[in-house]
Amino acid sequence: MELAGWPVRLTSYRAGDKYVCQADNVSPAACLARFAAPTLEEAESQAISKAQHLLSKTRRYAV
Amino acid sequence: MSAYAHPEVLVETAWLTKNLSNPNIRIAEVDVDTSAYELGHIPGAIGWAWNTQLCDTVRRDILSREQLEALLSEAGVTPETTIVLYGDSNNWFAAWAFWQLKIYGHKDVRILNGGRKKWIADGHELTADAPSYAATQYRAQEPDLSLRAFLPQVQQAVQARAVSLVDVRSPQEFSGEILAPPGLPETCQRGGHIPGARSIPWGKACNDDGTFKSYEELKALYKAEGIDESRPTITYCRIGERSSHTWFVLKYLVGLPNVVNYDGSWTEWGNLVGAPVERGAAAAAAA
Repeated sequence: MELAGWPVRLTSYRAGDKYVCQADNVSPAACLARFAAPTLEEAESQAISKAQHLLSKTRRYAV
Repeated sequence: MSAYAHPEVLVETAWLTKNLSNPNIRIAEVDVDTSAYELGHIPGAIGWAWNTQLCDTVRRDILSREQLEALLSEAGVTPETTIVLYGDSNNWFAAWAFWQLKIYGHKDVRILNGGRKKWIADGHELTADAPSYAATQYRAQEPDLSLRAFLPQVQQAVQARAVSLVDVRSPQEFSGEILAPPGLPETCQRGGHIPGARSIPWGKACNDDGTFKSYEELKALYKAEGIDESRPTITYCRIGERSSHTWFVLKYLVGLPNVVNYDGSWTEWGNLVGAPVERGAAAAAAA
């Protein structure tokens, strides 16, 4: 998916009794946000929100 | 299909499942996101935070010999222990730990091919239980600085143009369009790359499942940019950890005899008064 103009990969999985969602920037695959929550939807929503916030602050320069 | 130059430094998930209880093996998780370990990790694995436990937290430097000895002693490691490293992001920071362990002479260090991602994808168990091991009195070797490049060496390399420089950052960092990976803190005043560097993003060495590409694929990847055994090679990125991943690939998988990691990297070079900088996309490699 794309957030704030940057490609992002979401990975979700279950860990014990919680759902975990991690949002990585595609290059270099650094984790921007990881949230654990009782539901998958909540975990994904939190991860996307934080990733969006961080990515929106990335400055671009003319080359 | 040719084998890697040093296949013994990689282990597969199937092998690790059979060795989880081996007392001579210590598994260590090193993630970009240091909270990942607490959410779930390979049974028996300890967790190392790269930003507090795998670097000097007062001055910008890798662990001192004494700091590494304390870290490994607490982990119950002896010089005969096989340390298996793994982490997220294609083993990005696991390679950083690997590099430092090799600087200080630990004999048997390996990386779990595919890292955390492959372990999870293969359906293997995760646990939140943190293990406890009896402390040892680990003694490290004197640092082997032939694995590490410092600023003067890189400056000489730029002037002499007799060394291959591999910039493993994204093309947008390389060109100067951005100063840091998207979403991460900017750590330099200027964007661009070290003059003469070739752009080979670190992730190109890995498959989608996080495992390393084959020997043939890796050799072709780097050869296409003029990176081979004919010249010494220096790898760099932003703070030296992505480049430690490429250092690992070039030295242990491809088998280049002379490759070092410049951990000062762009954070040092891009903030250095008067340092030459090139901007723009990479030119085609010389034939």
